[in-house]
Amino acid sequence: MVKVTVDGIDVDVPPRSNVLQACEAAGKEIPRFCYHERLSVAGNCRMCLVEIEKAPPKPFASCAYPVNEGMVVHTDTPMVKKARRGVMEFLLINHPLDCPICDQGGECDLQDQAMGYGGDSSRYDESKRAVKDKDLGPLVKTVMTRCIHCTRCIRFSTEIAGVSEMGATARGEGMEVGTYVQKALSSELSGNLIDICPVGALTSKPYAFVARPWELKKTDSVDVLDAVGTNIRVDSRGPEVLRILPRLNEDVNEEWLADKGRFSVDGLKRRRLDSCWVKRDGKLVKATWEEAFTAIDGKLKGLAGDRIGAIAGDLADAESMLALKDLMGALGSSNLDCRQDGAVYDASRREFYTFNTSIAGIEEADAILIVGSNPRIEAPLINARIRKRFLAGGVRIGLIGAAADLTYPVEHIGTTPAALSDPAVAEVLKAAKKPMLILGAGALARADGAALLAECWKLAAASSMLTTDWHGFNVLQLAASRVAGLDLGFLPGKGGKGLAGMLGGGVDLLWLLGADEFDTAKIGASTFVVYQGHHGDKGAARADVILPGAAYTEKNGTYVNTEGRAQRGQLAIYPPGDAREDWKILRAVSGWIGKHLPYDDLAGVRARLEAVNPVFARVDILPRFGGNETAAPQGGALGDAAFVPAIANYYQTDPVSRASPTMAECTAAHAPALAAAAE
Amino acid sequence: MLSDKDRIFTNLYGIHDWGLAGARARGDWDGTAAILARGRDAIVDEMKASGLRGRGGAGFPTGMKWSFMPKEIGARPHYLVVNADESEPGTCKDRDIIRHDPHKLIEGCLIASFAMGAHACYIYIRGEFYNEAQRLQAAIDQAYAAGLIGQNACGSGWDFDLYLHRGAGAYICGEETALIESLEGKKGMPRLKPPFPAAVGLYGCPTTVNNVESIAVAPTILRRGASWFSALGRPKNAGTKLFCISGHVNKPCNVEEELGIPLRELIETYAGGVRGGWDNLMAVIPGGSSVPVLPKSTCDTVLMDFDSLRDVRSGLGTAAVIVMDKSTDIVKAIARLSAFYKHESCGQCTPCREGTGWMMRVMNRMVQGRAEPEEIDTLEQVTRQVEGHTICALGDAAAWPIQGLIRHFRPEMEARIAAYKSRGASSRMAAE
Repeated sequence: MVKVTVDGIDVDVPPRSNVLQACEAAGKEIPRFCYHERLSVAGNCRMCLVEIEKAPPKPFASCAYPVNEGMVVHTDTPMVKKARRGVMEFLLINHPLDCPICDQGGECDLQDQAMGYGGDSSRYDESKRAVKDKDLGPLVKTVMTRCIHCTRCIRFSTEIAGVSEMGATARGEGMEVGTYVQKALSSELSGNLIDICPVGALTSKPYAFVARPWELKKTDSVDVLDAVGTNIRVDSRGPEVLRILPRLNEDVNEEWLADKGRFSVDGLKRRRLDSCWVKRDGKLVKATWEEAFTAIDGKLKGLAGDRIGAIAGDLADAESMLALKDLMGALGSSNLDCRQDGAVYDASRREFYTFNTSIAGIEEADAILIVGSNPRIEAPLINARIRKRFLAGGVRIGLIGAAADLTYPVEHIGTTPAALSDPAVAEVLKAAKKPMLILGAGALARADGAALLAECWKLAAASSMLTTDWHGFNVLQLAASRVAGLDLGFLPGKGGKGLAGMLGGGVDLLWLLGADEFDTAKIGASTFVVYQGHHGDKGAARADVILPGAAYTEKNGTYVNTEGRAQRGQLAIYPPGDAREDWKILRAVSGWIGKHLPYDDLAGVRARLEAVNPVFARVDILPRFGGNETAAPQGGALGDAAFVPAIANYYQTDPVSRASPTMAECTAAHAPALAAAAE
Repeated sequence: MLSDKDRIFTNLYGIHDWGLAGARARGDWDGTAAILARGRDAIVDEMKASGLRGRGGAGFPTGMKWSFMPKEIGARPHYLVVNADESEPGTCKDRDIIRHDPHKLIEGCLIASFAMGAHACYIYIRGEFYNEAQRLQAAIDQAYAAGLIGQNACGSGWDFDLYLHRGAGAYICGEETALIESLEGKKGMPRLKPPFPAAVGLYGCPTTVNNVESIAVAPTILRRGASWFSALGRPKNAGTKLFCISGHVNKPCNVEEELGIPLRELIETYAGGVRGGWDNLMAVIPGGSSVPVLPKSTCDTVLMDFDSLRDVRSGLGTAAVIVMDKSTDIVKAIARLSAFYKHESCGQCTPCREGTGWMMRVMNRMVQGRAEPEEIDTLEQVTRQVEGHTICALGDAAAWPIQGLIRHFRPEMEARIAAYKSRGASSRMAAE
């Protein structure tokens, strides 16, 4: 540790820290625009100037100045104050004073710091600079006249997102930040540019002129549009969710959020199911809860338990899956499946289906083998972690599956499962101290998914992936509900039918809990379908009774991410119209048909969850654990078909994003790229 | 006055052969292997003893700069980079060295590289110096062909490669770290210091960046001895220096003279005096466009060396003497320099990017007198807000000429404002 004195306060900071970090350790606020903890140091805004004793008598940029033992720093001398005031004046001379019409207003670093460190009036009487706006696609709106050239966006896209598309052209006053070629950013993390831009130069296009930050109610929640479990903050006003921002969680998403999770928010207001519907004479008509329940009750009467089945969808919360499972149990049915992608594999041990290394653990790996997955599309933030690991150096990354640009170089080993037995793969994994393997959920959904799981586990067991303090075997799930479903045992019971068994007339009543991601045409023609969910998507189109549920922003739900980390989302707004929280609907149905579920409130449901599996009580905590090779998953014969991408279009993967006009725009904007990728 | 026997640049005017034969006849490449045989430390010590200060403008002791390089060559190679991006307005000394005496530079590159443990040296030449680059490349080819550089250079056992790289015409690439960035193929923007190039320079390796003149004088100093060189000039301002005299003189020229020569003697002896006589002098910018202007009263007595000019709040800079007689519109002249710095600011850091434009606009109004008298103070404060707050020295360079103008010619500026007002025009733009 290095001892530094800041304004008379002694602090110990790690060597290689910079003066700004030392000042923060001493509790001193240092204004800054270009400095960002997760980006390289640019030192160009000159706002973080401090005075350092025994150095030339001029202010130093604290973000770019390394600490030395015994260094004495002053942050409140007249020289420092004058310097900051001067820099602030320079930043403002060419910055439009259009705060009243700027979306950044109220959460603008420049606005805040101008209040804190700036003067009260301008001495600049010349014309101000005006800069032509750039087209960065449907997500990021630009007002480049407001740009203060901090280059955070350039560094973010180059370093974190891994797309070298942003840059600066021209020089001096004429310097302009942009993409040069004027096309949409080809990154799934582009929305983060909005967060890191300290001014209103880059703002959210869909959210333009929608609200002011002080009007918003902020609710902590969890993103469910992929299986990463990104921590989010839901900003709402009245009955509307207006935007979603990331929340800091070093173990999961750091401070980033993928574009789908951020911009699908307008999908929450469209194509919503806000009342019950019952099919009469081949046509769905609006109904009351009583009518809907009566219709279900009528169908259930006299139906044997094994003629009833339930499928849980990708966005379902653990509470509602539990309630549905309990209801099915009460009805005598063991026909359950939460794997609507049709995957059938050994889920007898938790480590067979979770991301055991943990997301933060990626940073320790020294060899990474990706099998049948494109993490850039399937989990952009996990991909960003892998890129972070790549940037730190000393790692070999191999890919078995469809070739893709993952934003870091990979050794493409093969496209079929046969590549798993490539001796070079085993050699690299064996030579590594902390190797890891990432098996995509898309690969598990193949006919030979179980065999792939066993084969990959064998590779793990043969290298040092499964040691007492390192678990290098990982499954990258696609659906936010999947791990919770498997943890709950939302799977065919003894003699029960799975997804394939329930389709094609295998059951007479099929309960779909937000299940849309399978071919609904395969449901038997005479099967009575109850669709419980929040969007009028594929499942609802096939339904005989529709029960309007709540989207993830409208209920208190527990989700388990691909790591196996239980996290809780909170109700930000109430569900629209007649819609209700899903576990409550199931509880009400159970009462109506006389099979009372044994809980009446959320605490009761959660107590039952914990009783079913204690992992649900371990909220936010993910203990690291080692691997054990003694028990291997059941396998089978490997197929020889090439791996195919699990997701064709990143922007539309679920009922929410399919209902979102913004995601539709993204799909159109990236259509040429998608077409090229498909070839 | 410097006697001919003490001149280093004996072909400054290109009268003789620039090529290898001519250079050898003038004493270049004489006993180079013997100089290298003295060893790294001896060469660096000799350079330190000579008192040579960097000729690129900052005047940092060259021998000390060389000694900053790591003593042992580690995993990373060492590099010497020669800054031939001579773009300072008024300066044309490096151009003439390259044109007429390129072998002095090449020999200096070998010796300096050896003294720093560098097997490779890059000369970054200004893009506009097209003919000079051709000439220098021809000289490099001659040196390679004669075995003076390349494998086992001069038979010394030291392998040495010399590369010439042409810039693309940005003034900022004369700043050493921006030059390194540009050499690496990036946009020419200065780097943050620390780390300094001697620790992390070109391609992340230990690097020293020296001016052409500093490198070109090194072989002669080492041949004739540090005591010879340090006996010339004044204490702490040793040796000879190329002066570039331009502007309102009868015979603009480049000339080598001892440091510490009186400015008046320099102009009158070599440049044929000020146009219209010494009394017609208005002001002199003594060291290239970046340094503050001096009024005639100072010019009468000032000596041309680093410390004397610093004492009169100016600087020797590149020793580019820009002479202005009484026909000069001094405000307009400085305004032109402000426009230059605004145009050449790289745009990386705030004070320079925003300040240079502001200063230029105010200066342009000052030329007409379309301003308020108190705006002179504002302008002065703006230059202080830029100076010392930037990543590189371009901010300082943009501020100093204006500070010099206000310090010495404030009455002229005030008179202009008063004259404009008396013509009945509003000082502010109507639209504001």
